[in-house]
Amino acid sequence: MAHEATMSPLAHADDHHGEHHESPNVFGFWLYLMTDCVLFGAIFAAFAVLRNQYAGGPSGKELFDLTNVGIETAILLFSSITYGFASLNAMAKNKTMVLVWLAVTFVLGASFVGLELNEFSSMIAEGNGPDRSAFLSAFFTLVGTHGLHVTCGLIWMVVLMVQMMGPQDLSERMMNKLACLSLFWHFLDIVWICVFSFVYLAGVM
Amino acid sequence: MAQAHTAHDSSHGSYSAYLIGFVLAVILTVASFAAVMAHALSPGMALAAVTVLAVVQIVVHLVFFLHLNTSSEQSWNLMCFIFAAASVIVIIGGTVFIMHDTAINMMSR
Repeated sequence: MAHEATMSPLAHADDHHGEHHESPNVFGFWLYLMTDCVLFGAIFAAFAVLRNQYAGGPSGKELFDLTNVGIETAILLFSSITYGFASLNAMAKNKTMVLVWLAVTFVLGASFVGLELNEFSSMIAEGNGPDRSAFLSAFFTLVGTHGLHVTCGLIWMVVLMVQMMGPQDLSERMMNKLACLSLFWHFLDIVWICVFSFVYLAGVM
Repeated sequence: MAQAHTAHDSSHGSYSAYLIGFVLAVILTVASFAAVMAHALSPGMALAAVTVLAVVQIVVHLVFFLHLNTSSEQSWNLMCFIFAAASVIVIIGGTVFIMHDTAINMMSR
């Protein structure tokens, strides 16, 4: 801190502080995540209001399979720690291991989306789609929005992996991109905590 | 500088920090599912238990996976998070309160 006060603002701007301070890009992405948090808050509020409006249709108790939800939760938790291992290897500048752990994370994320699509399609096939009741509209909106976010995260992950391939070292720019995706991925896990607690577990009580 | 670097590394996680966070998250998740699937608690108690466990697990994820802390480097991140969390509480709490009141007054339940 002391050397900051003795430096002129210009010299300070030229100094490469990326190693020790969070990049403005990552902070900006954090701000986006906070707005995303408010978006999910609004969808959760809608779900909280409509969760008992079955319109004669099935309730969560009849629809939800907690084993499936438990597997999805386990997959997301594992994908969180495998992304953490990718971040740690990125800091150690070990690019091969970053790619390996990102690939593992991708497979886990893709199987989560697969399980969710499977659940959605079997519900719709039984006539319990989003048009059945207000409860199901809110359910598909909330869980679908989370699933869409995970899908976007998977696409982003593939893009970063392709950009990282080749002989070049991990640049500061790439480190920032990895840090942003890390925040995004772990944030989606936090949203999922609320989904399995207040949609699935509260739905079968 | 060396000291600053160490502080940076620890604030952005280590294998042990990720593993501690992961183990805590697994315990909290299992406890949450058990509270509901064991059918030992009344629905009200089970919902309270699940809510408390979810809040604790969110804090665990924020600290161990998103590396949010009270250091000066993170103060803006923390402030923005507190603002967003307060907004979410107002949105959800206000919506549930007003819509419940409306439903009661219109006798739609």
